[in-house]
Amino acid sequence: MLGKLTWQAIPWDQPIPLIAGSAVVLMVFAVVAWIIIAGHLPYLWREWITSVDHKRIGVMYVLLALVMLLRGFVDAIMMRSQQALAFHAPGYLPPEHYDQIFSAHGTIMIFFAAMPLMIGLMNFAVPLQLGVRDVAFPTLNATSFWLTATGALLVNISLVVGEFARTGWLVYPPLSELNYSPGVGVDYYVWALLISGIGTLMTGINFVTTILKIRAPGMSYMRMTMFCWTALAANLLIVAAFPILTATLAMLTLDRYAGFHFFTNEAGGNMMMFINLIWAWGHPEVYILVLPAFGIFSEVISTFSGKPLFGYRSMVAATLFICLVSFMVWLHHFFTMGAGADVNAFFGISTSIIAVGTGVKVYNWMFTMYGGRIRFATPMLWSVGFMVTFVIGGMTGVLLAVPPADFQLHNSLFLVAHFHNVIIGGVIFAGFAGLTYWFPKAFGFRLHEGWGKAAFWLSLIGFYVTFVPLYVAGLLGMTRRLQHYEVAAWRPWVLIAGLGIVVMICAAACQVAQLAVSIRRRDQLRDETGDPWDGRSLEWATASPPPAFNFAVLPQVYGEEPYWGIKRRAIETQQLSAEPQYEPIELPRNSPTGFITAFFCTITGFALIWHIWWMMALGLVAAYAVFVWFAWRDVEEYVVPAEEVARLDRERRRAREEWLAQHARVGATAAGATA
Amino acid sequence: MSATDTFTLTPGRHTDPYRVGHDHDAGRNLARGHGEGGPASKRVIVGYGFWIFLLSDIVMFSAFFAAHAVLQTATADGPHGRELFNPTSIAIQTAVLLLSSFTCGMSAVATEARSQLWTQLSLLITGILGLVFLLLEGRDFATMVSAGAPPQRSAFLSSFFAVVGCHGLHVTAGLLWLGTMMAQVFVKGFRLNILRRLICFNLFWHTLDIIWVALFTIVYLIGLGR
Repeated sequence: MLGKLTWQAIPWDQPIPLIAGSAVVLMVFAVVAWIIIAGHLPYLWREWITSVDHKRIGVMYVLLALVMLLRGFVDAIMMRSQQALAFHAPGYLPPEHYDQIFSAHGTIMIFFAAMPLMIGLMNFAVPLQLGVRDVAFPTLNATSFWLTATGALLVNISLVVGEFARTGWLVYPPLSELNYSPGVGVDYYVWALLISGIGTLMTGINFVTTILKIRAPGMSYMRMTMFCWTALAANLLIVAAFPILTATLAMLTLDRYAGFHFFTNEAGGNMMMFINLIWAWGHPEVYILVLPAFGIFSEVISTFSGKPLFGYRSMVAATLFICLVSFMVWLHHFFTMGAGADVNAFFGISTSIIAVGTGVKVYNWMFTMYGGRIRFATPMLWSVGFMVTFVIGGMTGVLLAVPPADFQLHNSLFLVAHFHNVIIGGVIFAGFAGLTYWFPKAFGFRLHEGWGKAAFWLSLIGFYVTFVPLYVAGLLGMTRRLQHYEVAAWRPWVLIAGLGIVVMICAAACQVAQLAVSIRRRDQLRDETGDPWDGRSLEWATASPPPAFNFAVLPQVYGEEPYWGIKRRAIETQQLSAEPQYEPIELPRNSPTGFITAFFCTITGFALIWHIWWMMALGLVAAYAVFVWFAWRDVEEYVVPAEEVARLDRERRRAREEWLAQHARVGATAAGATA
Repeated sequence: MSATDTFTLTPGRHTDPYRVGHDHDAGRNLARGHGEGGPASKRVIVGYGFWIFLLSDIVMFSAFFAAHAVLQTATADGPHGRELFNPTSIAIQTAVLLLSSFTCGMSAVATEARSQLWTQLSLLITGILGLVFLLLEGRDFATMVSAGAPPQRSAFLSSFFAVVGCHGLHVTAGLLWLGTMMAQVFVKGFRLNILRRLICFNLFWHTLDIIWVALFTIVYLIGLGR
């Protein structure tokens, strides 16, 4: 009846996951109960859960990412503290639990923290920067989000029901095959990733179509912001790489469920094929994460330096160069496979070459800052911190790209330090930069600067204190994923890293405090004009938060940095452009399709993990029924009447006129001072 | 304005070549330049997005093809392709599938003429041909399994069943979609969104043909030659 699922699936004898799991379950229940009792459920359902608005979906993505970032961070704290304790000692985490933690940490951080963080910011900012009303397929967009949430949910269910994979975050066979991992851990992994992977793929399709086909009049390719360019490149990579992940995991699933022999030890299976396939997805994945990050830094650095981005065209070229070459370096993840000197040399050289594209970008950011009037607001601090940190991480990467060095350093903590150096310093810093940068646009008030700066400095210091010792320990020969160790020379470095994680905890606390303080003081931090940072691209041309339709009239674009042009014109002529002719706007209707589909996908996934076949059939049939029900609806859009559009836009214009008047006075005083 | 008016593929609507790609009205134009004209029409957006999906699907197949190429000789002392493949059956399957693509194309012509009867009829024939294809493929699979060559026998057979079965699964999903589309055309008529979905279905069905051509060549022809 319930397949492999029994009461034994709940870890009654392991206090740590049991207590942690029940605490989370209780918290979730408490939040849900509070929502229902306080009567927020109709609002949540109407405005968020069924929303197909790209801004709302973006916010939900970021929220999911932040929660998962916290979960992955707790895993990190457990690993570092275990290693700090486990010198000549067993520590407090038994090996089979420790193995699950490092596997869950990697899986959660990459798929359910970093990816939703970047996709969320893309969702929020890209249509606004393109000057349009929504993405190409709004309902599909909501479905993508909810499928990602399904994956995250399945991974977290594994905390209390059953177990997670003990194989590392990329489930290498033959360890991940049924013979060596008979439990449900790997099944949780594959189904969570297959389901959320479909969501990610649909995001990729959606954004490629949006950026290539839906832009404001006059927004030609070479007038798009750098963030749109990097988002385009990242989504092209999603479209080209995620199907490989789906296929690879499907093969592993067939091995585990149907006795196929793709990657097994016997009957001609080839496990190195898995390593090749998974990294053919995995290396582009690195750039799927970091290219949007580069885009965010480009926006932030240009805005806070008060200058156009230096070398815009070379930046576009570098982005597309990285996009292409990222598919030609995958073998550097396993130089020790034994492919031979020629193959290793090719991939070593191509890996070094890809750093050239990134180098171009770093110089461009530096020259953007050079001669600029730099304001060190929180987003800018994250960006400068990134430039230093990422260059260090990039250089250790180039070091690892040299096959002989890699033979020494592979699988060591040096490698672990390297990729944390680029992913934390690149993607996570970008996430926080983007978050602080676009937060006022999303919610109408800025985040508190003091707490933000404290969070930045503690993160930066905490990062170096944690990971520089790991470089040293790696050079001393400490391999990754050690549950305990006996080498005295590693001990001090592991302890310093443990100290670093304490600093990181303080940084995380500052982030939470920043959010809480900002919400409480939102009236002082209010952004009335829609342009809190003196921005240059179109998202700042509309109100904060933007109306559902983003722009009352689609802006006509005449050059790069369109909003900067509009502002200059307004200041020169001392008036806003003439009031446009307002017309009714058609918007896509909200739809629960995404939520319901994801609900049934969760059921199907859970049923597949536990071999509950009737439940799987039920889930699939229901998912298909939802699809047909959605396809059957007659009214797809609703109309915002012209008067409503006019009312909202006139409010925005009034705020801008006040700004203009103020700006004129400031200008006059400044002119008086110089005279 | 009726649906027929706003939706047409008839060439010659814009006789002035300089207006192509620079038309701001009602989003009727099919060819746009590089975004100067603002957002493309819904038909272009939907078609374009579906093309991107199909490309990603082809990438997924290419992973299965790559796996098959690697494992084609990994027979683990089990049967080879030339002992298992039935050239006659494969030839018939190919003919049936290609014919179904033709009838699918005919349905597009019928849709263009707004003929409910011929659209439904061509779609029905397409569906029947697809079903015949699936039955033939299923029969081949069953023969192989009973001849001691199930996917569990060797890595070669695993990859064979996976790549061919994946195509078969696509055909099955296509049939489900086709049935849904026939019902929709019947109930809702040639509404704009239904027309867009028919275009997508056509693209999907033809893509399955393209993949079959690759399967025929890489899996069957090369497999028979080994």
